[in-house]
Amino acid sequence: MMMANGMRPHPVTNTGERLLDVKGLTIEIDTRRGPATVVDGIDLHVDHGETLGIVGESGCGKSLTMLSLMRLLPNKIKVTKGEANFAGRDLQKMSNADLRKVRGGEVGFIFQDPMTSLNPVMRIGQQLAEPLIYHRGMTKAQARKRAGELLRLVGIPGPEERLDAYPHELSGGMRQRVMIAIGLACNPQLLIADEPTTALDVTIQAQIVDLVKELRDKLGMSVVWITHDLALIAGLVDRINVLYAGTVVEDAPVDALFANPSHPYTQGLLASIPKLTDERSARLSSIGGTPPEPGRRPKGCPFAPRCPLVEQICHDRVPSLKGIGQAGAHRVACFVAQRKLEAASWAPNR
Amino acid sequence: MGAQPLMRIENLVKHFHVRLGAFGERSATVHALDDVNFDILEGETLSLVGESGCGKSTTGFTLLNLHRATEGKVIYQGRNIVELDEKAMRPYRRQLQIVFQDPYSTLNPRMTIGEAVGEPILFHKLATKAELPEKISTLLADVGLPPRFASRYPHELSGGQRQRVAIARALACQPKFIVCDEAISALDVSVQAQIINLLLDLQQKYGLTYLFIAHDLAVVRHISDRVGVMYLGRLAELATREDLFEHPLHPYTKALLSAVPEADPAHERSRKRQILQGDVPSPLSPPSGCRFHTRCPIAMDVCSKIVPDWREARPGHMVACHAVTEGLPG
Repeated sequence: MMMANGMRPHPVTNTGERLLDVKGLTIEIDTRRGPATVVDGIDLHVDHGETLGIVGESGCGKSLTMLSLMRLLPNKIKVTKGEANFAGRDLQKMSNADLRKVRGGEVGFIFQDPMTSLNPVMRIGQQLAEPLIYHRGMTKAQARKRAGELLRLVGIPGPEERLDAYPHELSGGMRQRVMIAIGLACNPQLLIADEPTTALDVTIQAQIVDLVKELRDKLGMSVVWITHDLALIAGLVDRINVLYAGTVVEDAPVDALFANPSHPYTQGLLASIPKLTDERSARLSSIGGTPPEPGRRPKGCPFAPRCPLVEQICHDRVPSLKGIGQAGAHRVACFVAQRKLEAASWAPNR
Repeated sequence: MGAQPLMRIENLVKHFHVRLGAFGERSATVHALDDVNFDILEGETLSLVGESGCGKSTTGFTLLNLHRATEGKVIYQGRNIVELDEKAMRPYRRQLQIVFQDPYSTLNPRMTIGEAVGEPILFHKLATKAELPEKISTLLADVGLPPRFASRYPHELSGGQRQRVAIARALACQPKFIVCDEAISALDVSVQAQIINLLLDLQQKYGLTYLFIAHDLAVVRHISDRVGVMYLGRLAELATREDLFEHPLHPYTKALLSAVPEADPAHERSRKRQILQGDVPSPLSPPSGCRFHTRCPIAMDVCSKIVPDWREARPGHMVACHAVTEGLPG
């Protein structure tokens, strides 16, 4: 069913049904020393109508994971294991032709740098029309009309005139709005935003976050927002997955994650954000060392070499995500945190 | 404030001439800095914040005489250093250092870390060749790197480690003043905290003065004594950290502060952001009068006509806004 404005009505609330379900996804990179694991058996899911934040530092595999789903990985990087179900179909087993229908159609992408993601020698209107003609079979005239509507939707002033502009004629914030319009062109069920505000100023960043929030509520799509900035997505997402060295170390509803961060890495990340209430020159807590390089992953927990709570078991075995708190909605992959929480939940009864 | 000014910046102007059009047939002037006045006090951390293109980096470059000022003075140790030529500038170069944003492009990939850190020491004759290895080890220790790093090359180091090397290189000159030009912006959060702590430690140890150029307001709030807010080549407001964050006067400062996200989901969901409409105008043809008037929520008639004076609104709290100086709510 199409509505008057061409938008499909979506359920606005999280129905608890899985839209995207990634299981045991492993990604390896070919190096001169042989294959090195960058994403290690990752599990993650996004429900219908849900907004998931994926947080991690550079090199933790957050972008690779999402790119791999759409087969957008560079040549030397390959998915070696795992499955990814999107709306009931396995993306890994899909033919290239079928996947092309999903990519840019049912799944929209917004990338970090709008200057390199937009074609510099193509007018904005053409770039917006391309997916509409390809995925929706629109005529050029229909696509142009719709492109104008999309530009209006993302808050670009004078949308009809802007259709004939080239990317270099727009400011960074405007270009990112165009990227969002392209991502939304085919009414995707899932919008993947890969650090879409990193290159932008704080005032423009706030505009973009609010815009995505507004469009999500209006169109009822699911969103995956990849970022390194926990504070940025605090008011935007429903749930957060914290990634470290290619694994999810903590998965929690957003409020639970901020109120009760349970993995020492999450705790470290939160503590190293300067608070507006800090005293000047108070030392920031920082996490010593740097993340492991691909191919030099420790045998046990990947965070063990930097962990303040490390124990022998952490060096020997890899912890898996286990539910803590009610209904298992808050999950953490840390032996120490799991044991502490078990002890706490047993103590009052014994 | 009892501290003496280390540097006094008076009416600093920097214009760049550019050629436009496919054949460079038109010329235009970029108003990068216009009539900027402030003091940098000895031993303080003064931060400059603002959106890209507001002139904060140009200020840093111009007051180190890396860009030639178009007009105005930068008084350091009784001399106007922006009128000095390269040779006369040399003794000051040692004392005035800079750390850049990108630790990947600031280090020569073919020089070992030891050579990179040792180069300024030999250039300024701060040690003999025989003393050099010892000196390099001390500097590396100062920035938290083991001495064995001296024989490594930049590509073997992580971003945080490279930024430590860039800091060691600046320290090698025994400077009084360091401009940190987005020095931590390219780093991951956990590493960023390490470098902030390092900068604060070094400041205490060596009595350094920092001009800290950044766009991350949470970081600026954490490390600064005073903060200056720039908009399109002019200073909008300058005050102590407490005054600026607790009692901002300029509408631009207020909008900037309201855009900063905080690590608190409930607060973030409920807060009403004062979001600025539109983008920063082009510095090729900055708006008349107050440069912020095109985006200002409380702009008056006078704002588009007359440039607001740079005035002290409260002791030590400078601001350039007609609404504030007229005592209107703002």
